Amino acid sequence: MSNKNIKTIRDPKLKLDILSREEVRKIHDATLQIIERVGIKFPSERALDIWEENGAQVSRESKIVWVKPSIIEEALRKAPARYPLAARDPAQDLKLDGNHVHLGTDGCGVEVIDINTKEKRTSCLQDVRDIARVADATEEVAFHWVPVSAQDAPTQARGLHEVKAVWENSTKHVQTESIYNAKEAGAAIEMAAILSGGREALRKRPVLSLMQCTAPPLAHDGGSIDAALLAAEAGIPTGFMTMAACLTTGPATMAGNLAVGNAEVISATALLQLAHPGAPVFYAAAQTASDLRTGAYTGGGPEDFLFGAATNNLSDFYNIPLSMGSFATGAKEPNWQAGLEGSLSTFMASLVMSDMLLGCGFLHGSRIWSYAEMMLDCEIFSIIEKMMRGIEVNEETLALETIASVGPGGHFLAQKHTRRHMHDLFLPQFLDRRPYGEWERNKDDARDWALAKARRILNEHQPDPLDEKVDREMNRIIASVENA
Amino acid sequence: MSEELYKEMAQSIIEGDSDKSVELAKKSIELQMHPLDTITKGFVVGVNYIGDQFGKGEAFLPELVMAGEAMKAAVATLEPELMKLGESREVMGRVVLATVEGDIHEIGKTLVGTMLSASGFEVYDLGVDQPAEKIIGKALEVDAHIIGMSALLTTTMVRQREVIEELDKEGLRPRIKVMVGGAPITKDWFQKIKADGYSEDAIGAVKIAKQLVGKADA
Ligand code: B12
Repeated sequence: MSNKNIKTIRDPKLKLDILSREEVRKIHDATLQIIERVGIKFPSERALDIWEENGAQVSRESKIVWVKPSIIEEALRKAPARYPLAARDPAQDLKLDGNHVHLGTDGCGVEVIDINTKEKRTSCLQDVRDIARVADATEEVAFHWVPVSAQDAPTQARGLHEVKAVWENSTKHVQTESIYNAKEAGAAIEMAAILSGGREALRKRPVLSLMQCTAPPLAHDGGSIDAALLAAEAGIPTGFMTMAACLTTGPATMAGNLAVGNAEVISATALLQLAHPGAPVFYAAAQTASDLRTGAYTGGGPEDFLFGAATNNLSDFYNIPLSMGSFATGAKEPNWQAGLEGSLSTFMASLVMSDMLLGCGFLHGSRIWSYAEMMLDCEIFSIIEKMMRGIEVNEETLALETIASVGPGGHFLAQKHTRRHMHDLFLPQFLDRRPYGEWERNKDDARDWALAKARRILNEHQPDPLDEKVDREMNRIIASVENA
Repeated sequence: MSEELYKEMAQSIIEGDSDKSVELAKKSIELQMHPLDTITKGFVVGVNYIGDQFGKGEAFLPELVMAGEAMKAAVATLEPELMKLGESREVMGRVVLATVEGDIHEIGKTLVGTMLSASGFEVYDLGVDQPAEKIIGKALEVDAHIIGMSALLTTTMVRQREVIEELDKEGLRPRIKVMVGGAPITKDWFQKIKADGYSEDAIGAVKIAKQLVGKADA
């Protein structure tokens, strides 16, 4: 069954085993050693209490915990292997079951290339609304991250204004990385419960999920941990994303960097399971290599692509869904670099069936939102979706009869078989296949068409609005946080 | 004899070998060489060389950082000798550096610190998640010329403004200059909060810092 207005990769014919079972084991063992001997920093009193109650060694002073492998492994076994990400429109619920790859927008950008003026400017709440509306109409985007920061909203409730803006402008699932303290998380959960029709309904069909960053190397942010604990308690899917990067926050070697990131992710995941057994959790990662010359975090480059493929082997080993950063690029505009980095990272992460992919729409190392880039990323995803279906070989597709009726010479254009199957072929929106002369007239290209498409959607598409009562209730919650 | 030793000192920095640089610093003390000579004719030569190579793209970040560490270790060994002589090493300026409260992004700030140290600034790196009073307190304690603040979140960049307002209120500017940076920091923001300098990267940060202490490269 497929979802309304959502394109996902499923039943893949292409496959890649980038790490052997034994190699995954080695990384797992190294990870357990790190957690037991080096320790992980959890600057949250609540987290330290939980660790202590469960037999870990805890230093209240340094906030570091050292945990025996058996505790971690046992806790991880309690995590559910599959669960849904629910949407405002139930026909758009997403399955996280290892057989689907869903694309989401990137999140938390700080600037936007304005859709009308094409000038770069500071992001605001209206951008969150507009981008959500375009994403709602775009079949490649299956769920949202809060795409950019609503910098004109008050800081103490900004994350709440943002999730509400996305819900108002789309019926698809919302995941946020912009809520990283207990207070806002608590309010966001209340808002989600109102949308779902109560706490129990929310637990069954979580219309919100949360993504928290770890703090590499080998540490966590206190606010993020507290927010995640609240979400897990409410049954809201929660993931921890490591960004450990070779050279700066991780070893220069890729295997070592995987182990560092893995130690961060599974220690926090285990904590959630100890506190709330069976809570829906996911693995998240956007590992890369820092630039050798500047230390910059760019996303992109061969290491990035390899990490994109390797991480799903780890999350499969722990039998939990994965959210993988892809489409990251250091490019400043939608260009060769953006296309290269977006394609390869997304292809590699898709080959291994990462459950969620992120990154659609961003430039300049996850900082600048571009509508053109978003549309171009979507086309890349579509191409990869087509590739993942592989080549079907059977009597019908071998087309022997048709081949015989055309014979040597001639053409296949007028064949019934061709008519039946012509739409199996990929129909690009943005690949330039025109005669040279036609191009020469305006010298326009994919970027112009992509932007035009986004403009068209923004002018025409209006999703179902939020129920008035829900809207009022949400505003009340936001106001209570704002005025606290 | 000392020529040979100076060369070895420079080499220890170029190789980023802290053990070696400390050993050589100790040896210079035994030989009663003047600690300022040891620094300027020996170790600094190595730092300058690596800095040059880095600028040309022929040395890489880890080499630069390791050279910085080796330099720091050597200078720390020599410091007590300088004190005895009642002299101090000439520094470009003193900089208090921190990532602002509520923000744990560390790498960019650390790199800025490394580059400033390598360029002759005395850097007090307070770490991440630092409240205004700590930053200002430290600046007063060490009589800093510059406060450098990193913020990578749109929710925490406002803290930069708070520190500036606090400094203004206490009448501490322009005595203490303020420079800011981090992913969401734009020229607009920098002008809006009336900071004294801003840069998009660590090399730019050094240039700005030099300007702020009136020692800009010609
Ligand atoms: C790596 C990273 C992290 C790591 C940091 C690891 C560490 N130990 O430092 C971790 C995983 C911890 C992290 C956490 C989070 N992050 Co983060 N992170 C990044 C990322 C990808 C790169 C930052 C980096 O290290 N760059 C490399 C260094 C070398 O560059 P730099 O920091 O920019 O520094 C250079 C210049 O800015 C300048 N500079 C920096 N400081 C200063 C200071 C002075 C005085 C001067 C002159 C110059 C200067 O010189 C530096 C050297 O060249 C950025 C995106 C980006 N491309 O910037 C997001 C980003 C900053 N993070 C973001 C977010 C949202 C978060 C989280 C809130 C996510 C979450 N839900 O948990 C948390 C924050 C928690 C908290 N309370 O702080 C957003 C912020 C957006 C926003 N709207 O505010 C960004 C933009 C990415 C995104 N779109 O989501 N993050």
